Amino acid sequence: MADPKSDDPTPEFGLDYAPAPESTAVVSLADEYGLFIGGEFVEPRSGRTFDTINPATEERLATVAEGDADDVDRAVAAARTAFEDHWSDTPGSVRARYLYRIARQLQERSREFAVLETMDGGKPIRESRDVDLPLVAAHFFHHAGWADKLEYAFPNRDVAPHGVVGQIVPWNFPLLMAAWKLAPALACGNTVVLKPAETTPLTALLLAEVLRDVDLPPGVVNIVTGAGETGAALVEHRDIDKLAFTGSTGVGKQIQRSAAVRRLPLTLELGGKAANVVFEDAAIDQAVEGVINGIYFNQGHVCCAGSRLLVQESITDDFVERLKARMTRLRVGDPLDKNTDVGAINSAEQLARITALVESGVAEGAVLHQAPCDLPPKGFWFTPSVFTGVQQSQRIAREEIFGPVLAVQTFRTPEEAVEKANNSPYGLSAGVWTEKGSKILWMAERLRAGVIWTNSFNEFDAASPFGGYKESGFGREGGLQGLGAYVRDAEGQA
Amino acid sequence: MNAPTYAPIRTTSVDQMGLEARADELGSRSIKTSSKRAALHLAVRCIDLTTLEGADTPGKVASLCRKATRPDATNPGIPPVAAVCVYPEMVAHAASAVAGTGVAVASVAGAFPSGLSDLDVRTDDIRCAVADGADEIDIVLNRSAFLSGDLSTVHDEVAASKEACGDAHLKVILETGELGGYEPVRRASMLAMAAGADFIKTSTGKIPKAATPAMALCMAEAIREYAHQTGRAVGFKAAGGIRTSKQAWHYLVLMGETLGPEWLTPDRFRLGASSLLNDILLQLGRLDSGRYGGPDYVTLD
Repeated sequence: MADPKSDDPTPEFGLDYAPAPESTAVVSLADEYGLFIGGEFVEPRSGRTFDTINPATEERLATVAEGDADDVDRAVAAARTAFEDHWSDTPGSVRARYLYRIARQLQERSREFAVLETMDGGKPIRESRDVDLPLVAAHFFHHAGWADKLEYAFPNRDVAPHGVVGQIVPWNFPLLMAAWKLAPALACGNTVVLKPAETTPLTALLLAEVLRDVDLPPGVVNIVTGAGETGAALVEHRDIDKLAFTGSTGVGKQIQRSAAVRRLPLTLELGGKAANVVFEDAAIDQAVEGVINGIYFNQGHVCCAGSRLLVQESITDDFVERLKARMTRLRVGDPLDKNTDVGAINSAEQLARITALVESGVAEGAVLHQAPCDLPPKGFWFTPSVFTGVQQSQRIAREEIFGPVLAVQTFRTPEEAVEKANNSPYGLSAGVWTEKGSKILWMAERLRAGVIWTNSFNEFDAASPFGGYKESGFGREGGLQGLGAYVRDAEGQA
Repeated sequence: MNAPTYAPIRTTSVDQMGLEARADELGSRSIKTSSKRAALHLAVRCIDLTTLEGADTPGKVASLCRKATRPDATNPGIPPVAAVCVYPEMVAHAASAVAGTGVAVASVAGAFPSGLSDLDVRTDDIRCAVADGADEIDIVLNRSAFLSGDLSTVHDEVAASKEACGDAHLKVILETGELGGYEPVRRASMLAMAAGADFIKTSTGKIPKAATPAMALCMAEAIREYAHQTGRAVGFKAAGGIRTSKQAWHYLVLMGETLGPEWLTPDRFRLGASSLLNDILLQLGRLDSGRYGGPDYVTLD
């Protein structure tokens, strides 16, 4: 070891912290992954594969099978067999035991899952470690508790599982969205075919290992990786009894069309353009933190992101100044560094989408402010950005950007705040910042959004239902309402 | 009745959940290798090495002063601390011990730790300490007046203390654990700064509720707002219960990320502590040698 006394004058401590990378040694990836069907990894009949890369480095992580309609059919058949043969008769207390085991395994291996989530998706390790994985385990624990108490969850109803459930999850919270869908489905006695997102399949495949390790019976959960075509095959499959989708509104509309003609039970959790409403009597410094968290959490790849800031005109200049000062402290870069606040954009495709919308904002006359930061030379990155002078008619105020880009608008009165917040095709979430309890309640009654946070943002809990109004989708996930999507009324029973 | 002399410039509300969440987030920063070494060196330079016991003697103070000027006899690369902090009676002893070393003498004057003596008694106490050689004076805020709503008295007393200090720097201890929450602390911070405090300080160390990162953040946000409103930069001192190196660098992170790197200097940031210095020496020793020395390899002064 070098002698610091001789070669190192007293160093200066500043805000450029030395690298603090989380070790990737905890993750052991296979070079290739097949489809997880009937309790084992199998070669895809399609014969096709694709590479999944680390968006922060563009390095290949693994090669993953791309399922086609034939593969989906095999997975649905495995799920059907498992449902008919034993899972539909498996007592709730036994299903609970599997869910508890999954939850405990996920806790024990949480470091491994968190690192892999960050490698495959680009989100900061601080978030995958402190947000995603704890919530994943919490969802399994929560639903394990319900599995043998469904009669209390649905009093005066005789409920039964749907059967085989198709579930399609997005790339922004890959494992967490899988947990949100798998846990209630299994708790209620369904079997599942899960399709992870094309760019982030790896944690779901690692989860398959956990499912095997806890001896979950073969076929209860099947995982078919692939892209849009694979998802479409699952949606179109005639032996699916229920569909759950989280993703873009565009794809959600196609799915609803397909499901509607078959009267297939469906829940959709789609896009959003949430208003974060800051009143002049808010706890301003905490509101600034909340706005930062609301838009830059997970690079803004959050359907419920607070992407529209509505700030009361009387404090706008001061608030925007504080916001810009706070942005200079954001640490953008290596997602595996424990000090990174904003990681990599999930894919080249998403980066192009964000870039195009930001260009439209500039072209339409909004004023762009960007945090001063050096972006890594390789990988997909976007500088945290704020638009001021945004008008309600501009695209950046109306369309979901799904990136680290905030649009700032102003309002004068609570009535105007409600009007502007609700004037959107979306209605997933909203935030209200004021120290006045009565104003919080007044706003909450009027905001048309499925989730309303007060003096906080992006807080999640397994017991709390999550879902949207309007083009943000329908149905809820989490809580009793979320559980209810995975049961139907039993037929022909006295 | 006199017209109020203190009118809050503007004090914003504080949300407890959000404040504590942000403090936790900053507390999860991972300070490694070269940053850790730099942080520990800076922490040493920001320490007010403190002894505030009824049993303090000239001999005890001499030992403390030696440690303050030369924390590690085997390693001249370790800088001296910012100041020694003693009771007024010990100021003359301390001043002669540190003379010419660059280490300042701070004293808790003004009926520390309650502050509940006649104002004249307190300002005389300050003047005596300054006359004996104190460069910095740590007074306590009048919590009795603050909690009874008499903010003018609180303000006027701080202003009178500032005047009594002359050229000495004034640190005002809020004793945050007695104020009843973050909002009163933010108000008291603004009040003390408006009355002329050069530093605001969390605690006396004499009650169980000492400095916490969230409380420090609350005060740092007040300092930021005051600087923004008036252009005057006020320093921050955390005191009470700070014993480990990790706590020390987390305070540095909190200051730097809240107020900016220009607050990362002994002119604007202090850590009031006694046992902290030895923990830092052990950590620095471990960084240099790869081995952790253990408590018998640092001096107990």
